[in-house]
Amino acid sequence: MNNYSPTRRQFILGATTLLAAASFSRFAGASENGTQSVLQGNQFNLDIGYTPVNLTGKDVIATTVNGSLPGPTLRWKEGETVSLRVKNNLAHDSSIHWHGIILPTDMDGVPGLSFDGIKPGDTYHYEFKLGQSGTYWYHSHSGFQEQTGVYGAIIIDPKEPPPFQYDREYALVLSDWSDEKPEKVYAKLKKMSDYYNFQERTVGDLIHDLKEDGFRATRAKRAMWNQARMSDRDISDISGYTYTFLMNGQVPASGWTGLFKKGERVLLRIVNAAAMTLFDVRIPGLKMTVVASDGQYIEPVTVDEFRIGVAETYDVLVEPSAEIAYTVFAQSIDRTGFARGTLTPDLSLNAPVPKMDEPIILTHGDMGMSMEGMNHGDMQGMDHSSMKGMDHSGMQAIDHTSMGNMKHARHGSHSTYGSGLAGFGTAASVIHLPSEFGPQVDMRADAPGNQLNDPGIGLRDHQEKHGRRVLTYADLYSLHPTRDRREPSREINLHLTSNMSRYMWSMNGIKFADAQPLRLKYGERIRINLVNDTMMNHPIHLHGVWSELETGDPLHIPRKHTIIVQPGAKISYLVTADARGTWAYHCHLLYHMLGMFRAVEIT
Amino acid sequence: MKNKSLIFAFLLTLTIHPVSAGMNDDPILASLSLNQFEVTDDDEDTVIIDLDAWVGKDLNKIWIKSEIELVDGDFEETELQLLYSRGFARYWDVQMGVRHDFDPSPSRTWLAFGIQGLAPYFFESEITAFVGENGRTALRLDFEYELMFTQKLILTPEIEANFYGKDDRELGLGSGLSDTEFRLRLRYEVRREIAPYIGVTFARKYGNTADYAKLTGQNYSNTSIMLGIKLWF
Repeated sequence: MNNYSPTRRQFILGATTLLAAASFSRFAGASENGTQSVLQGNQFNLDIGYTPVNLTGKDVIATTVNGSLPGPTLRWKEGETVSLRVKNNLAHDSSIHWHGIILPTDMDGVPGLSFDGIKPGDTYHYEFKLGQSGTYWYHSHSGFQEQTGVYGAIIIDPKEPPPFQYDREYALVLSDWSDEKPEKVYAKLKKMSDYYNFQERTVGDLIHDLKEDGFRATRAKRAMWNQARMSDRDISDISGYTYTFLMNGQVPASGWTGLFKKGERVLLRIVNAAAMTLFDVRIPGLKMTVVASDGQYIEPVTVDEFRIGVAETYDVLVEPSAEIAYTVFAQSIDRTGFARGTLTPDLSLNAPVPKMDEPIILTHGDMGMSMEGMNHGDMQGMDHSSMKGMDHSGMQAIDHTSMGNMKHARHGSHSTYGSGLAGFGTAASVIHLPSEFGPQVDMRADAPGNQLNDPGIGLRDHQEKHGRRVLTYADLYSLHPTRDRREPSREINLHLTSNMSRYMWSMNGIKFADAQPLRLKYGERIRINLVNDTMMNHPIHLHGVWSELETGDPLHIPRKHTIIVQPGAKISYLVTADARGTWAYHCHLLYHMLGMFRAVEIT
Repeated sequence: MKNKSLIFAFLLTLTIHPVSAGMNDDPILASLSLNQFEVTDDDEDTVIIDLDAWVGKDLNKIWIKSEIELVDGDFEETELQLLYSRGFARYWDVQMGVRHDFDPSPSRTWLAFGIQGLAPYFFESEITAFVGENGRTALRLDFEYELMFTQKLILTPEIEANFYGKDDRELGLGSGLSDTEFRLRLRYEVRREIAPYIGVTFARKYGNTADYAKLTGQNYSNTSIMLGIKLWF
């Protein structure tokens, strides 16, 4: 940054010499600015405590692991057993959840489900064997501690060499920081759900629309929103008004810096550790080859841009071939701010920081409304035509054994072919339960779209407008063959529900406090169908077992731990209930998960 | 003291973690809104205060609504409502309780029953029916709309109308449509919770209420400019 100056440098204060050293390292001539300390091995002592920070010019207290924000990156090895002694120095109960790691239920770190939490002053001894490799992360599962700093990256080195080569790697932890106390933020949202939204429609927009589209079209376009009493500018509950977006704990003004040598292949392990913010990530000038999603290898796919939901991870390879600096740009989904880093061959080089894209305006399709006769807005390029009536294709006619041959054709095949069979998503129709009706629910998607081919709100026109190829879930195919080839024996239908203006979040209209656990039989293979009856993106995380996203190839179903469900859309995934215990299942937006949460019992 | 225990409950929710292992998605919250605190340009020194408060959860709240008009330091009108409020539809709460008009004299007490919420096209609406002593009845309608010029500069047209079931000679109120007030306020949100405003009020009395006003030499219609501040937390 040109306006970067030592006096405005923002770093963690306090007793964290470690991180302070990292912040100074830029001046000491070290290779990176803001790269986390890495703890390697199989024995770890982690201390959760209070650390004074100053990220915005204001001194406040963060909750941290080992005094740094983010916490140290933990480097493990597949096949080993790790032992972690986590001490809680906070005045409140705490916990650490190892996000995406398959482990015994009492090691999962969810207070009330896996264990009682870690009392102030106590130490909990986590110990589990690693049967997987890849990029994951950890965070507190207590209160709002994740918002205030208790998170960090996990890298598990594989036993076998990875299916791609790289010369250098960096973990990039994206997050959102607020100086406000999260409890206060939550109370504000309950009192005024659009408190943080400063992109609402104005009189100026009305005059503009009247001029452009005329009275009738303008009225037609707005009628639904006005009648529904909702805002088509409602993208994120919490915006850059209070959030500062961080990359490896660095504010945008300073940014994270990573070095490369021209011609090297660099592996970026990107973790979205934000509490509430989905990011759209790109590196102008560089193609990104996505090689893993949620820690699991996928068939490499080369893109210019991708959306990363809260709690998702993506591993991407980049090959900077010029002797110039590149900006790693992660803009928040509501375009109110960004996290930033620089990949550079030389610390004296700077890269221009791109402008954020235009704020997003939602469409009727994002409300799960059928598209007929509606304003199509920026929906071009989406396959919405086949959404209705896709549920009764002649699936019995498909020879199950020949499905491997479909691989070449699978990109076009999401809509009808194979519907209902493992790998293709559900054939069930959408039914709204009686519990979805009441003051706790403000909308129900009548014709939820199939989101697989849809890059999502605000990204749909990027190919056309900017020539950027944007990742979609339809691009994800597991590199490894599907482990469990069984057909699902049953389906669980869950609707993600809310009353946004009352700021109440639930599933099937029932919040966690009033809900019965979902019960799975040990060993069974089931399908979960999620319908998003809200106009927000919800990254849904199932603990303990994999969520196998049905992207159209039954033999290469990608395994994920967190799946974005787009507004007014539906998605299906398969689950093999191969881990006994009680597991958490929830929206990973921190201020939604209090209500949009279920316990899952596998017995 | 009910109020004291409510305040205590509120303070408690501020000091303890509302969300811990138990995942309390619905903590007890409290809000105080000074919707109007304004002076007007008329000859008398008029100060108008509209102060609401609530404490409660997502769907169940206790509301206190008050309206005070001070003229030359004297209470011209003082009205207080204590209501139980329950969310029954996605944008609507039903509210019931009591209203007491301390001023003008003689005082009046009413049972109140109303709905409050957001009507289609974003009209903030309050419709309340009142039943008083001696068969007195009243109905109050209040609708408000927010027109955003910018994200912080907001024009709020508001209309309020009062109806009465029968004449109340002592207070100079006639049956039927008694009075309306049309208010236009232009506020600037310094931040969400703090917004100074300027505005104009067109007040008019009708029917017997207007006649009573004429008899006592008062205006039956009145236009005033006001300067005020809106606060909430």
